Amino acid sequence: MSNWVIRCEGLSKLYRIGLKEQVHETLAGTVVDFLRTPVRNFKRLRSLANISAAEANDADVIWALRAVSFEVREGEVFGIIGANGAGKSTLLKTLSGITEPSSGRALIRGRVASLLEVGTGFHSELTGRENVYLNGTILGMKKAEVDKKFDEIVAFSGVEKFIDTPVKRYSSGMKVRLGFAVAAHLDPEILLIDEVLAVGDASFQKKCIGKMEDVAQGGRTVLFVSHNMGAVSKLCNRAILLDGGVVVQEGEADDVVSDYLANAGNEPGEVRWSDPACAPGGDAARIVAVRAYSEERDMPPFPIDRPLKLEVDYLILQEGARTYVAFRLTDPAGSFVLASMNAPETALAEDPYFCTPLSRGVYRTTCTIPAEVLNDIRYSLSVSIVSLPPPNVLAEVNDAITFSILDTGKMRPAWLAGRWPGTVRMRLKWSTTGPKNTGAACAV
Amino acid sequence: MLDLREFFAYRDLFYFLVARDIKVVYKQTVLGFMWAILRPVFSMIVFSVVFGRLAKVPSDGIPYPIFSYAALVPWTYFQTSISNSTNSLVANSNVITKVYFPRIIIPLGPVAAGLVDFVIALSIIGLMMLWYGVAPTTALVFVPLMVLIMILSAAGIGLWLSVLAIQYRDVRFAMQFVVQLLMYAEPVVWPASLIPQKYRLLYGLYPMAGVIEGFRSALLGRTPMPWDLIGMGSVTAVGLFVLGSFYFRRMERTLADVA
Repeated sequence: MSNWVIRCEGLSKLYRIGLKEQVHETLAGTVVDFLRTPVRNFKRLRSLANISAAEANDADVIWALRAVSFEVREGEVFGIIGANGAGKSTLLKTLSGITEPSSGRALIRGRVASLLEVGTGFHSELTGRENVYLNGTILGMKKAEVDKKFDEIVAFSGVEKFIDTPVKRYSSGMKVRLGFAVAAHLDPEILLIDEVLAVGDASFQKKCIGKMEDVAQGGRTVLFVSHNMGAVSKLCNRAILLDGGVVVQEGEADDVVSDYLANAGNEPGEVRWSDPACAPGGDAARIVAVRAYSEERDMPPFPIDRPLKLEVDYLILQEGARTYVAFRLTDPAGSFVLASMNAPETALAEDPYFCTPLSRGVYRTTCTIPAEVLNDIRYSLSVSIVSLPPPNVLAEVNDAITFSILDTGKMRPAWLAGRWPGTVRMRLKWSTTGPKNTGAACAV
Repeated sequence: MLDLREFFAYRDLFYFLVARDIKVVYKQTVLGFMWAILRPVFSMIVFSVVFGRLAKVPSDGIPYPIFSYAALVPWTYFQTSISNSTNSLVANSNVITKVYFPRIIIPLGPVAAGLVDFVIALSIIGLMMLWYGVAPTTALVFVPLMVLIMILSAAGIGLWLSVLAIQYRDVRFAMQFVVQLLMYAEPVVWPASLIPQKYRLLYGLYPMAGVIEGFRSALLGRTPMPWDLIGMGSVTAVGLFVLGSFYFRRMERTLADVA
């Protein structure tokens, strides 16, 4: 008999999604439709509660999870990764008993705590102290347990001074910190966590990650759902990759993460919105295309020793809008590599379109990243069109495209193999002082 | 029916949710818990003028203010508890979709929290009895029984309607006038002695009829305890509670999906 503590057997979950409603063009049609609405609404609402496998083929039914099976052994830190809508959160909700699976079953041995949100059940009228007790007991603690850990929780959150102030007077950061502090002091045998790492300011985030590592190394079983690939490969032993509610890969966390990142990169170097009405943005501006290319290539990977162009095409709809364009690059773990914009202070040469009244029409702004700046990793490009003054985001696309950089060997000594660390890689000035050198450089 | 062991394991959560409901009601008010007294007192004044003076509704020979107040205290509890309990799952849907705990804690919370207001309002009856020179009798020992029936009916209805309300938000709107209807259907402003004898037992099926008449008898001691009404009412109250619990247990697992 194996020593599993979590075991899923063919877990499936069906959900009903909204379908576009028919619009009537005649007055009679509208009236008839109005009178029929209660019947239709009743059928729709009733059908939310239970969906049988027989209805799985309905147009508005989707499989949030489909025949998911896996086992987690005692003491393991187990990662669940996948794109948005892959079913990660549904899986966590099913495991923690918040919803019932449509078929299959999930077995759990031991005391479970699930953490899908920070500060669940906080009431804004109650004080920090009262909310610590409320939130703690909601998460499954006993009053005596909260009593015992209360001082620790408050010290961890760093809101000692405001602990008897109603939470509605807290800043959002303080609320999050208090919520995480309670969660961090849970003491279950099995912990299910969803994406709660990235909360608070940088120093508090560091504290959170430290706490997570303690939990992970404390011999407890942890199920960890995240977008943050860096955190998953750092914290987890094993992982599964979900796609469309199906487990597509199971194995060592590092392998699953690197395969996921490699496959996620099969994009062209461009994303384009053919229908401007659906393009990201609003009434003032919309982004219609984002692309990256280098001199010889318009598809990733781009050579490390050639300049790289990042480009955005955008439609200005508001006559006279004054805008600037900002690009942001992030690495696969989601950390910022660089951010830049076409302001005179941040550009090599002045861009005359920066913050000047624009007439309606399509504009193209290009930014050149010099050769030998980026490392041979995968980058994700986010773009914002912002109006001035004051800064107001008119259109924005996060992670519009991802692209990788190819190590052509031009920036690497032949005798050095292996992965080059760092999110950037550039030629820098080097010098050494000391006793005089005595001959020619070695030929390697 | 009810998973009592699980409920017991989460008793601390129940305690804090009830404490939250109690603390939050009168937050940022000047009068605070005095509202627990003022609400039934104002109703009493209105009823005494409109029904007692103007409409001359009979009151079994009891001064109309104390006649109506003795009924308004349990009625206010019942009304507040069932509306809060009905809305409770909707109001707490953010918690339901994020954490697992026995859901039954949520609709039962307002039923327990309402007891604080109830006890505060009840204490005023003592003063009124002094004022009107009504001496308590031994029937006072039946008050806890009335309270029990009252709690069971409120809990039973809350369990039913909270589940319906989270799936069909119509319930919340319907609730507003159903509550008014329920008030005139029970002997708050008029005595149950107005009901023709042949319909009396049938009328007793409405649990609050027995509770309210029973309250008057137990507190004021002017009329005999209406055991026929109370008997019928307890059957309905227990029935509502048992069936409500079953229904809740059956629907509990779908709550997060329909919320």
